[in-house]
Amino acid sequence: MADITMTGPRGPKPKKVFSRANIFLYGTLIMVSMYYLLPLYVMVVTSLKGMPEIRMGNVFGPPMEITFEPWVKAWSQACTGINCDGLSRGFGNSVRILIPSLLLSVTIASINGYALSNWKFKGSEVFFTILIIGAFIPYQTMLYPIVILLREIGLMGSIGGLVLVHTIFGMPILTLLFRNYFASIPEELFKAARVDGAGFWQIYFQIMLPMALPIFVVAIILQVTGIWNDFLFGVIYTKPSTYPMTVQLNNIVNSVQGIKEYNVNMAATLLTGLVPLIIYFASGKLFVRGIAAGAVKG
Amino acid sequence: MTVASDPPLRTAKRPSRLFKNLMAKIASIPMILTALVVFVGGTTWTVVYSFTGSRMLPKTNWVGLDQYERLWNSDRWIISIKNLGIYGGCSMILTLVLGFCLAACLDRKIRFESAFRTIFLYPFALSFVVTGLAWQWILNPEFGLQSVVRGWGWETFTFNPINDPDTVIFGLLIAGLWQGTGLIMCIMLAGLRGIDDDIWNAAKVDGIGTVKTYVVVIIPMMRPVFITALVLIASGIIKLYDLVVAQTGGGPGLASEVPAKYVIEFMFRAQNLGQGFAASTMMLLSVVIILIPWAYLEFGGRKNG
Repeated sequence: MADITMTGPRGPKPKKVFSRANIFLYGTLIMVSMYYLLPLYVMVVTSLKGMPEIRMGNVFGPPMEITFEPWVKAWSQACTGINCDGLSRGFGNSVRILIPSLLLSVTIASINGYALSNWKFKGSEVFFTILIIGAFIPYQTMLYPIVILLREIGLMGSIGGLVLVHTIFGMPILTLLFRNYFASIPEELFKAARVDGAGFWQIYFQIMLPMALPIFVVAIILQVTGIWNDFLFGVIYTKPSTYPMTVQLNNIVNSVQGIKEYNVNMAATLLTGLVPLIIYFASGKLFVRGIAAGAVKG
Repeated sequence: MTVASDPPLRTAKRPSRLFKNLMAKIASIPMILTALVVFVGGTTWTVVYSFTGSRMLPKTNWVGLDQYERLWNSDRWIISIKNLGIYGGCSMILTLVLGFCLAACLDRKIRFESAFRTIFLYPFALSFVVTGLAWQWILNPEFGLQSVVRGWGWETFTFNPINDPDTVIFGLLIAGLWQGTGLIMCIMLAGLRGIDDDIWNAAKVDGIGTVKTYVVVIIPMMRPVFITALVLIASGIIKLYDLVVAQTGGGPGLASEVPAKYVIEFMFRAQNLGQGFAASTMMLLSVVIILIPWAYLEFGGRKNG
């Protein structure tokens, strides 16, 4: 399972284009595609309608009159509790959470992976095994000890605290990713550098880092989507003024006060989903590689 | 760092083992701290404190198994476990079956393969909150799917899963499957691509039909892939939380509560830490029960998971 690349299709070549099997095959695929595309389509059309049109029914109908007002409202006016400055605040928080978490977790994990594959020391494999097992432990068992830890160092409720949490919980999978990658680099290269007198950091920065750029991209894709989509840690380790976008979105849409504005809700939902969607469509095969690497542990 | 020049003094002691590879050890401090303090320490702490009567703050007034007794006598916990069982069972079977069938369809040398793959996988990039809210809207009885079908003339059509306590869990399932099948499909597809063409040729020579080849030859060959997929699905199911909060909020009533939500409600809302710790220890236990057989299969019993 180490090498997961989507090479070209295999299997026997179909003979006829309109054979019964082919019609069945494409029919099934198109039907299933509709199930997958439906929510995205519904979100888009709903977010472009006015409320009177939504009340008339038919969520599937295209908007008769396109309006961007719900988007503007979702971005800058939607209310959570007493704050009515829209999702823009959550977006800002998410960005301020994402960037340091990303830098910190990828840096630490790449150094870990490098140390684990080239500079093994007594016990290093034990720590690594604990780390990987840790990836399977339900987060719920570690939530409260981390609350205590963050309180002790005075980061509870702050963006810094959440950055630390993301770094901790991103570590198992990213370390695994980098360790496997560095282990696949021929050992002779490392030995030659050692003979030339290069040390730990010199080899890391001058040899390993430039060679590991593809895996860095995979790790970044994995972390951007993971951190952006996080809800659990955001809801527990931050306070309303530092809520990430997902938490704020949930509070806007599921708030019990006021009239439900479905078009604004859907615009807000799409806005939150936009960042991972852009990453997904822009990265293509790298995303698949990232999740496959993230999924197949070991 | 260890390639030091000749020892400067003959009387100098041999460098201690601790300082061998010193830089690697220093660089690994974050990893060591995470592994020991958070993963081992944090988990142990929670398990230990689940035997206390902690309420608002953790205290060490030992109460034995009281918290567990209270947990298993709580209706809310029993509902949560039942829900997770139904959701988990259905999700596991359907994700595996759908994931494999989609992968098999895509592997039949079809046109637009990458377009189909992109469509099946994109929900996986989205957050569970986004998924939950999107489906909440589609399943809205007043304006959603139900009202559209009624508008087409089928006046008695009823499809209102998220407001009916008996079916709410299937409403969650529709959304969960939408989000999660793409990943399993990708893993299955990678597994199918790893199967040699010769197998297919041999099956063809023997006159075995396509479907039969899949069932009799290919699926048994893909056992490791299926096991990986199972572990993935199972660990995802136990974590189920965001989707419930976003789509149903645990309602109507308590009808769609899940264990992960129970833990968080008791720890952070009801200020009953001991209950939360006991419930999370039960979650940990269920993961251990799943993981040990898997580790045994994966490592052939050589190592313990």
